[in-house]
Amino acid sequence: MSFEKTFQDKVDQDIRIEPKDWMPDAYRKTLIRQISQHAHSEIVGMLPEANWITRAPSLKRKATLIAKVQDEAGHGLYLYSAAETLGISRDEMLGQLHSGKTKYSSIFNYPTITWADMGAIGWLVDGAAIMNQVPLCRASFGPYARAMVRICKEESFHQRQGFEILLVLSKGSEAQRRMCQDAIDRWWWPSVMMFGPNDDASPNSELSMRWKIKRFSNDELRQKFIDVCVEQVKLLGMTLPDPDLKWNEEKQHYDFGPIDWEEFKNVISGNGPCNKERLAARVQAHEEGAWVREAAMAHAEKKNKEKNAA
Amino acid sequence: MQHNWPLWEIFIRSKQGLDHKHVGSLHAADAEMAIENARDVYTRRMEGVSIWVVESKYVHASNPDDAGAFYDPANDKVYRHPTFYDLPDELKHM
Ligand SMILES: [Fe+2]
Ligand SMILES: [Fe+2]
Repeated sequence: MSFEKTFQDKVDQDIRIEPKDWMPDAYRKTLIRQISQHAHSEIVGMLPEANWITRAPSLKRKATLIAKVQDEAGHGLYLYSAAETLGISRDEMLGQLHSGKTKYSSIFNYPTITWADMGAIGWLVDGAAIMNQVPLCRASFGPYARAMVRICKEESFHQRQGFEILLVLSKGSEAQRRMCQDAIDRWWWPSVMMFGPNDDASPNSELSMRWKIKRFSNDELRQKFIDVCVEQVKLLGMTLPDPDLKWNEEKQHYDFGPIDWEEFKNVISGNGPCNKERLAARVQAHEEGAWVREAAMAHAEKKNKEKNAA
Repeated sequence: MQHNWPLWEIFIRSKQGLDHKHVGSLHAADAEMAIENARDVYTRRMEGVSIWVVESKYVHASNPDDAGAFYDPANDKVYRHPTFYDLPDELKHM
């Protein structure tokens, strides 16, 4: 039996592939791209929320926000570690992020201009991420699937705290209600776009499905997300900014309006409102942290020498 | 950066009385930092009461390509299992 066949048989039988197992080159490459992009998204995703840590409206909200941002750092780390088992170094991945060679989720290129954005991000952005991530807990590559299990366990609180922020605002003053609706209006479409291009414009999907590193198509997940949110928004007494949202009895799903893919392409290719700012913040943090990494290493080496001499 | 922090494998005991279990890996300059980072990354919700860290380069592993032949010796020894032995139903406490 060929290596290729043995590999696919295992995948078909839901036997996990582990780092030292034989795998096709394209599988390895696709996974490295997918996992590192995912890791970058977790790390860059800390920035828009970190923006509100110093201005959170209460100590409770501040503690929650810090905990969430900390979780996202952890998620990035789980994923970088999973990618490293495929033979790429952390340094190389960070280099690719900083040079723009690999992308991160374009949702993080939008600004967080009001406190309500913390609510909308938790509810919609983390909500969309969860929708994407839950099926990946069964991904064929072991380290990736295990990282996703860990991540999914932690994500639930992210979404709930976000919804709670909006719920409180929705019961507040007129100005708070307006702020709540405005945040939903701004985050809705970018969140819907988080699932990626339509299936017919997503050429690599079929292979990824066969390899089980993607379990549902972009459009399937998007539909699921929309169906859920249409119901949830009612609890807020708010609306989603799509006049075409309508229950389709025949399909048993909500119909929705056209997605502005021009905007999506534009943001992905670097022209979103915050692309430059986000990348610059990452590069700056990396460069300004260089001396700390070097000093820690020098300290460890010195201690090691002393120990060996003793 | 010339000096990359080495990689460490992290093992966590989730509860007193249970084994340490591999949970993942991380980079750290030395063992002390690896333990502190492991606490921050893997036990943020009280998931552990004890942490082991092992620098990844010291982990030796069996070769998955040889798995068939390597584990074969145990494959035909069903008599190592209690269910292999046919005993009357009346026999109690065994
Ligand atoms: Fe996350
Ligand atoms: Fe999250």
